[in-house]
Order: sequence, then structure tokens, then C-alpha cells
Amino acid sequence: MSIESIKPAPKELEGVVIRFVGDSGDGMQLTGTQFTDTSAMFGNDVSTFPNYPAEIRAPQGSLYGVSGFQVHIGSVEVSTPGDSVDLLVAMNPAGLKTNLYALKKGHTVIVDKDAFTKKNLEKAFYETNPLEDGSLDGYHVIEVDMSTLTKEALKDVDGLDNKTITRSKNMFSLGMVYWMYHRSTEHTIDFFNKKFKSKPELIEANTKVLNAGYYYAETLELISNSYTISPAKMVPGTYRIIMGNTATAWGLLAASEKSGLELFLGSYPITPATDILHELVKHKHFGVKAFQAEDEIAGICSAIGASFAGDLAITTTSGPGLALKGEALGLAMMIELPLVVINVQRGGPSTGLPTKTEQSDLLQAMYGRNGESPVVVIAASTPADCFNYAYEAARLALEHMTPVILLTDGYIANGSAPWKIQSVADMPEIKNRKVTKFTENWHPYKRDAKTLAREWAVPGTSGFEHRVGGLEKDSVTGNVSYVPENHETMTHTRAEKIRLVQNNIPNLKVEFAQQGDLLVVGWGGTYGTLHSAVKQITEEEGFNNIGFVHFNYINPMPKNTEEIFAKFKKIIVCELNSGQFAFILKANFGKFDFQQINKVQGLPFSNDELIQKFKQLL
Amino acid sequence: MEATAVKKYTYKDFVSDQEVRWCPGCDDYVILNSMQKALPEMGVEKENVVFVSGIGCSSRFPYYMNTYGVHSIHGRAPGIATGVKLANPDLSVWIITGDGDATAIGGNHFIHVLRRNINLNIVLFNNEIYGLTKGQFSPTSVVGQKTKSSPYGNTQPPFSPGELALGANARFYARIGGNNPKAMTQIFIEAHRFKGTSLIEVLQNCVIFNDGCYTDVTDKEVKDDKQIYLEHGKPMIFGKNAEKGLVLRGLKLEVVTIGENGITEKDILVHDAKEKDPTLHQMLIRLAYPIATGIVRAFDDVTLEEREDELTKKIKAGSKYKKTDDLFFSGETYEVK
Repeated sequence: MSIESIKPAPKELEGVVIRFVGDSGDGMQLTGTQFTDTSAMFGNDVSTFPNYPAEIRAPQGSLYGVSGFQVHIGSVEVSTPGDSVDLLVAMNPAGLKTNLYALKKGHTVIVDKDAFTKKNLEKAFYETNPLEDGSLDGYHVIEVDMSTLTKEALKDVDGLDNKTITRSKNMFSLGMVYWMYHRSTEHTIDFFNKKFKSKPELIEANTKVLNAGYYYAETLELISNSYTISPAKMVPGTYRIIMGNTATAWGLLAASEKSGLELFLGSYPITPATDILHELVKHKHFGVKAFQAEDEIAGICSAIGASFAGDLAITTTSGPGLALKGEALGLAMMIELPLVVINVQRGGPSTGLPTKTEQSDLLQAMYGRNGESPVVVIAASTPADCFNYAYEAARLALEHMTPVILLTDGYIANGSAPWKIQSVADMPEIKNRKVTKFTENWHPYKRDAKTLAREWAVPGTSGFEHRVGGLEKDSVTGNVSYVPENHETMTHTRAEKIRLVQNNIPNLKVEFAQQGDLLVVGWGGTYGTLHSAVKQITEEEGFNNIGFVHFNYINPMPKNTEEIFAKFKKIIVCELNSGQFAFILKANFGKFDFQQINKVQGLPFSNDELIQKFKQLL
Repeated sequence: MEATAVKKYTYKDFVSDQEVRWCPGCDDYVILNSMQKALPEMGVEKENVVFVSGIGCSSRFPYYMNTYGVHSIHGRAPGIATGVKLANPDLSVWIITGDGDATAIGGNHFIHVLRRNINLNIVLFNNEIYGLTKGQFSPTSVVGQKTKSSPYGNTQPPFSPGELALGANARFYARIGGNNPKAMTQIFIEAHRFKGTSLIEVLQNCVIFNDGCYTDVTDKEVKDDKQIYLEHGKPMIFGKNAEKGLVLRGLKLEVVTIGENGITEKDILVHDAKEKDPTLHQMLIRLAYPIATGIVRAFDDVTLEEREDELTKKIKAGSKYKKTDDLFFSGETYEVK
């Protein structure tokens, strides 16, 4: 039984940001995901970001046990999960206390009044009840006896214990929000039917509570009007909502299928990269070999071994893990094997802020190895394009016989967004450099004239028996060589090989003004925030002199980089670190003056702070 | 890799064109020659053989073998070899390592590769010293040993690679003197045939930095009296005249003389290398006199690749996902028109 309710003309909105918060056990991730999926199927563009506590089972009601899920839905393109919140749903005092800051003044907060007990208020360090002391005066507060109403709705359902009843109150809040935003409950009821196939009482209970919330909102006089967000204009096709880490894993699956190579992952658990391991281990049906190693070093080493033996080899990690992998990455560079290293960046240094986002591993990716050790460095920019850049990392590694570091970050890795599903048939070709038929005068370091990539002779192939290793090689035979001139030749050759990857990557595209006063420069996971800030300043505030360029290819950079810089009077480099990309740009394009916007708080940029700073430069 | 289908190889087929650069008189030459002699007997095509080493004197080994090889980084050969073997289980994979490489910097990888029981072989050159860095004590150096980094004598007690290995659930462990090429060659062949991780510890003399460290057990004059060469199914008898044997008294192995105190050959323990319980194997490894050599343990067990392969086949057979499209378009998708 779903509801297709007919309501008075709803208020039209372009976009809305909703945050569901509650105790870790309150089911906020499920509530948020359901709302996201329903909205996406309705045709909205969506962007989400979950916020879990670091503790696995934090004490109930505590401030650090609050779990949240933010979703931004829009009838226009949505590129971020949003900064400030239009609707806050707080299932307990701790959730309200830790999230009220994000709610726009005058906007709505729905609270479960039943949860505002003396005990819960104390746990949240409220001296007085915020529902009574006037501290919420600037907001539109909707107090709902959600626990009581949930119990009431379920009084006739047999076979439910108290815990099950309490746990379904999140569906009451979801029902209310569905009504407020003119969404059908159909998708979620379908979900119950599938999820609880063998437990009909749970299907009934959850459906009842969801509908009860929906009807409650409908009849509640406190909500004077409901909102609607029309479908967004999106490229036609088949879509699904995908998380960044899943998209990364799937991009690798696609590359494996396209290249005809078996996929090998050597990995060690680390936040926030572990979900890629979790995803890839599921896919044994595609022949994926996912090896959980004893440490980060064994993770990359097993991948190097698998690459030597002819697999498409991957290792996944986050900042501290990349530090541990440094020496082995140098070996992979030295023996010139294809290898994809994925670093889902988090707040550093050291253990840093494991669950927060940052872009501070760029210099580590570029230079964090002994000796002169260049590798290809690329970065994904949205949850959905993690698919493309994971694929691209594999393509470049195989075609150029080099390690490729793909940088994503906690923000896009855990965020989700619509992904227009890409069939492997439509993906670019991936050539690899495997050799099969032995010819005289073959040497392991024989190079392709155009790319300088060597050939890939894998064990099991007769005639090509050879040894590689970390010692410097003779530039022709590949035998160990200590000759001074040879070392210099090899050092230059390895650098030139990476530079030549430029011929195999697309040029940069400038968005908004193609020339003018200010060029906003970003890289990696900040695409969404930067794009929406430049869009807003251009479309809503009438500026037509700001361009935006975003780098996904960092080493090497696209060929037209300098040409683009030359078209603008000022350049501002925006990144979530103290200026690492700006440092690289200054070193490579010294004739331009690069200004910087930096943020190192473990948080993404906010729209407002960007717009304010852009305006100061105009 | 059926033995019958394999080309006939000789020792020379496995010699690479690289000049061997170990110190004259080093036992490493013996190990290299034994391996080059053992390989033609194994029935494996040379393109299917991969040697992976770490760092140290021993780790130059792959350069001298005319097979596939990786001279990797310090202590990490087990990781690389694991990747090679999982990527292509048909390969015969050999890890070449030393006491510093395997038990110091690579200790973590060493225990885990043994635990997993991947079908590969490890040759550990134990000379109780760091040779390539010119003479520092290692985790197998004895207390009191004077080295460049312990000029007044080593104060760090050692461990025994064999004990460590069995603690890590090693299924195959053999020990052999570095001056015994005949037995070594045979052990290499047995290790290759054994399905699972095989560890061969070679008591290898370093002529420069730790010369003579095994003289009292490996020298020709004393070796028969000081070593017991264990063979599966045979009584544990040793001595120049095969007059001594091992018996179990309480929780200790004891050396007895056959013919004395009413001891006959029937009283002597019979070596069972295939026993699952490693207790007696551990006791043999711990013996100070005689030093146990030969194949101490060879317990047949399921390998990691076998487990993985079985699981993969099962999942493949039962899966609705044949191509990535099946996965990408499955579940909750929606159309935008």
C-alpha cells in the first residue's frame, strides 16, 4: 500500500538540504539513503554525505555517538551535499545539540519530543530543555511525540518486541519528510518487502509507521505548506545512486573486463579506503583476487608481485598507508610495472583526522619516495567520476608501464550521487604491453619510441626469462649497472616517460568565462563546491569574468595548462591543504602569480566562504 | 606442469649470463649450485620458475638464475612472491632471503606467508650476521657475539628461525648445512614437490664476517656426530657408526647409545615428518645436540590457493553476474528521460 497523495499546490523549490541526525542506533543512514533513492528516482539530482561517529558503538544518547546523513536534492544540477541545512530532523537532544549550528535561521527542525528526557538532556549536556527555554526561538520547531506515535501505530501488530518498535520510529520521521517534499512512499515500501521477505511482521510494522508519519504530517497544522522539488534536467539514461568508493571499485572492475586482465587487489584495512576492499572482495564471480595482507607494505608488495605475473594490480590505502608503501612504490617505479595505487585522502599528518576529509597527500603522492621517483598522479573529483578515474588510472598504468596514484578523499569517497551507468562496451580501449613471441635481442628495458614504456614479459612466457630489481639498470640490457652516465640517463628517461603521458590525456576545459579577470583553479574532490560557487556568482550575481578550471591530471598536467592560465588576469588556487597544488604550479609556471584559498579543518569548502573570497579578488 | 611434458634441462640451462659476485669461499655458491642442479630434476619449465628476493648478500641470487626473477626490497619478498603466486598459481615460486631480511625487517611477512600456506618455497640463508652492510649482529646472532654493532658482545638474545616458523604454523621446515650440496639439492627437490609453503634454513657460513660460526656442527670431521639427518619413517639414529639415537624421556629428547643400558634400535624414535602436531618437530628444532637437519616437518595441508580457487569456482557457478554490465545495471536503477 503506497500513497500517491493529492495535495494543494505545493511550494516550488530549486533545491533543499536535509539532515537526519540521531543516535548511532536510530537508523539515520537508512532513513537518509531511502530519502535519497526516492528523490533520485523521482528525477532529482542528489548529493549526499554521511557523518558517522568514529566509535563503533558509542554510548546511547552521547554527543559523540550522533550519526548523521545529509542529502541535497535539486531540480537543478546539484554538485555538493550542501553547506547549511533547510530541514533538520533530530531524533534526540545530542543530535540537536551537535547539528543545530548547520540549520539556516528561520528554518524547520523536527524533533522527537519523547527523546527529550531528563537523562538524554543530561547526556547532551543541556542544562535546560531547549524545547522549553526559548533557545530555539529563531527556528520553526516541530515537536512530535514520535516514540509514542510509533508505539500507537504498532499496537495491533503481533510479534514485535519493544526494541523493534523503538527502532522503527525513524520511519515515522521519514514518512513526515516524504509528505513535506511531496514524495511517494512506494520505493521505501518496496524496499521493506525485499529486505524483510522472510519477516512479514517487520514489513507490516515499518510500512505502518512510515504511513503513520506521512499521514501525521499531512494532518499536522504546524506544517502550513509542503514543498516540492521538480525533477532536474539530467542527461537521459539509466542511473543509480553510487558512493565514491563503490564507483572506484567498479571502475577497476570495468578496466579489468575491458583489458582482459584479471584484477588483483592487495590491501590492508584503513579508514576511509576500506570500502573499496569490501566492495572488490564481493566480486569473485568476475575472478577478482582480493588479498587482505598483513600490513600496508605487504598490500602493495603483493600487488607488485601480481603485476609482475601479469594481473591488473591495485593497492588501496589512505595517507598513513601511502607513507608505508613509499619504498615499494619506488620499486614498482624502478622496475616499471603497471600498478594502480589508490589513496583515499583523510586529515593528516600522522593519524590525523581519519574520518575527515583533506587534500594534504598531494605532495606525498608526487614526491614521497627516496630518490627521483616520478609516477603518474591523477585525482577524481566527484563520487560518480571515481568510476572514470579509477578506470583511467588502470588505463594509464597499463599503457605506460608505470605506477599511477589515484587521489580521492573522504568527502567524495563516502558521498553519493547519481551515476549515469556506463557500460564497459562504451569505455575507451585499454591496450597493454604484454609480449608473447620472443625475438632475438629482446631486452627487458627495450622501450616504445613514443611513450618510452617498456614491454611486459610475464612469467610463463618462454624465452623472456629475465630479472628485474631495485638496483639501477643498464639502459639497454636491464642488467645491474653502476655506470654514472647510465644512472643519469635512466633518471631522465624515467622522468621523460611520465611527461610523455601528456600525449594520452585530455586537455583542460574552462567552465564559465573563457577569459577574464579571475580564474578559479581546483583539483580533486573540491570540484562540486568550487563549481557551485562559481556558478552562483556567475548566474545569480551577474559576474561574467570568472572562469573555473579543475585538474584531474596532476602529473603530468594537460598540455594546454599554460595557455589557460594566460587568459586570466588573476589566478586563485583553492585546495583543502596549505597550498600544495599552488606550490607545484608555482614551480612549473613561474611567470604567473598564483593566489590561494586554503582550508585545513577536515571540512570541505563552504559556498559562502568561497564566494566572499572570490569577490574580494574582483 | 606434468613432468613428462617438460623439456630436458641441465644445470647449465639455469645459469644466467651474470657474473657471480659473492666472496670467494662463501656457502652461497653451494646453495646456488645446488639449486641449479635441483631444478632440472623438478620437472618444471624454466619460464615457469620465479625467484624473488629481498635485500642482502643472499638476495643477489635471482640475478644468477636464468629464470624469471625479482630482486625486491628489504624484507618484502614474501609479499611480492605471494602476489606472483596468487596471480598465477602454475608458477614455481622461490623466495630467497637471509636471517636479517626474513627475521628482522621482514619478520612480519615471514610469519604471515608461513601461516597462509601458499604453495611456494623459501630458502633462508642463515649466517647469523649482516653481511652486505659489513658485519652487524642479526636476530639469529648469539649473545656475546662481537660484531661491528656489538663491539663488546651482543646483548640481544636470538631466536631460531625454525621455532619461529613452527610457531607461525609452518607446514614444511628443513635445515641443512651450507657445506652439504648433495642433501641440499635433494631437499630443494622435496620442497618443490611439497604442496604448501616450504621453508629451508641453510646454515650458511659467512667467510668474512662470521667465519666458522657453524664449524663445530658442519665440519666434515664432526658433522656425523654433531648432526642428526632426519628422514621420514626412519629411526632417529646418528653418529659416525650410527651408534647413537634419540628417545623421548618425559618432556625431553635424550641422546642414547645403542647397545648401552639395554637400548636397542627398537627403542629409538622413528621420525614422522608428516605428523600434524608440531610438538616433537619443535623439540627436534630446539635440540642443541645433535643439531637436527633434513626435513623436520612436512605436514600436508590445504593451501591458500586451493581454498581461494574452490571458493571462486563455487561463487562463479552460482552467480548471476557474468559481466560487469550485469552488476552495474542490477538492483536499484532508474531511468531519466
